[in-house]
Amino acid sequence: MSLIYPRESLKAHPLNASPEYKSTLKRAPAQPLILLPHTLSETTGPVFGHVAVNETDTDLTRQHAGEPLGERIIVTGRVLDEDGRPVPHTLVEIWQANAAGRYVHVRDQHPAPLDPNFTGAGRALTDAQGRYRFVTVKPGAYPWRNHHNAWRPAHIHFSLFGPSFLSRVITQMYFPGDPLFRYDPIFQSITDENARNRLVSRFDIETTEPEWALAYQFDIVLRGRNATPLEEPHDH
Amino acid sequence: MTTETKLTTETKPGLTPSQTIGPFFAYALTPRAYGGSELATEQVAAEGVAGERIRIEGTVFDGDGVPVGDAMIETWQADPQGRFHAAGNAGFTGFGRAETNTEGGFFFETVKPGALQGADGTQQAPHLSVSVFARGVLVRLATRIYFSDEPGNASDPILALVPAGRRDTLIAQRGADGVFRFDIRLQGEGETVFFEA
Repeated sequence: MSLIYPRESLKAHPLNASPEYKSTLKRAPAQPLILLPHTLSETTGPVFGHVAVNETDTDLTRQHAGEPLGERIIVTGRVLDEDGRPVPHTLVEIWQANAAGRYVHVRDQHPAPLDPNFTGAGRALTDAQGRYRFVTVKPGAYPWRNHHNAWRPAHIHFSLFGPSFLSRVITQMYFPGDPLFRYDPIFQSITDENARNRLVSRFDIETTEPEWALAYQFDIVLRGRNATPLEEPHDH
Repeated sequence: MTTETKLTTETKPGLTPSQTIGPFFAYALTPRAYGGSELATEQVAAEGVAGERIRIEGTVFDGDGVPVGDAMIETWQADPQGRFHAAGNAGFTGFGRAETNTEGGFFFETVKPGALQGADGTQQAPHLSVSVFARGVLVRLATRIYFSDEPGNASDPILALVPAGRRDTLIAQRGADGVFRFDIRLQGEGETVFFEA
């Protein structure tokens, strides 16, 4: 199997020059990007199949002596390529704030409580069908200083590798119906509404566990398409 | 049209868009200070891996020349024979990951990669592929690290795509101490060349 990486798909991404998100002002390159041909350096990438992912890496509620506070949730999904085929045995890294909207990170100054029973970091490998599964608590929204009264909608950070340097992506998963979407310049930096909505997970009643946890589904589509795509349908 | 092709076309999913790594990734992605297990570090090649051992050091700066103390840098490279995923090359994954310190600094210790085939029979000079992630960076910035002591740079097909006046931003300079210096300027004067990969 050999993959190609059409550049057209990159239109789904935000522009780094997104001035409503103030941190971009001094960090977005001013010069145009230079088109890089896809050589072996780009079409290969690290493989982490050997990384031991144990149960507490995928269950963020069991990494400490006690249970974290908050709404327990199950997050599942599939990692797919642009043809909709599963990306098996690929690494998924996640991190998030706790239920109060506070990160463990030393530089997070939000005056909301840390939870001694929650770190908020997880890791999983997709199975042969590209599926992953985490158990965690729903992260809280939190304020930031981008503009007056700025709040980030609740989100979980996702980091994925896929098959090559070209498929590498870091993104954020959001929760359906969040009233903060319209005010968030990071979410809104994705100008294509359809692409933006692909970052919103789906409430998933099928995966909920009665009297235990709610569930959300979040599929992730990485760059890469079969080199010999199926014939497009056309009228005769 | 057949049902099969119709389904394939209609279910073709769109790419998941990128978002910023944000300022608070360290406890998950570079968690040494938090006691977490590290996926990869700035040590790309373990002791004993054959090849010329090198150290690359640099600082990430923003458009005002202020050090960027919350970036994550990842590197990907071939081994000294120009191979990726070479079997039997224990202690070498080719993948490095480092967060910048509060002064914007980072380093990698590795072995120098070999030359690589490029397109159409050309040869690429030794280089590392680099991803830069940071708060304020919505989409990973892709660049390359070449080496100042490689004569092959003059005929490298990728460097040839870069305006001559900006090529130096992709070339790590070997200092008197043998360390290669590679600063990353996100914006403004001396802005590093970034690629659409």
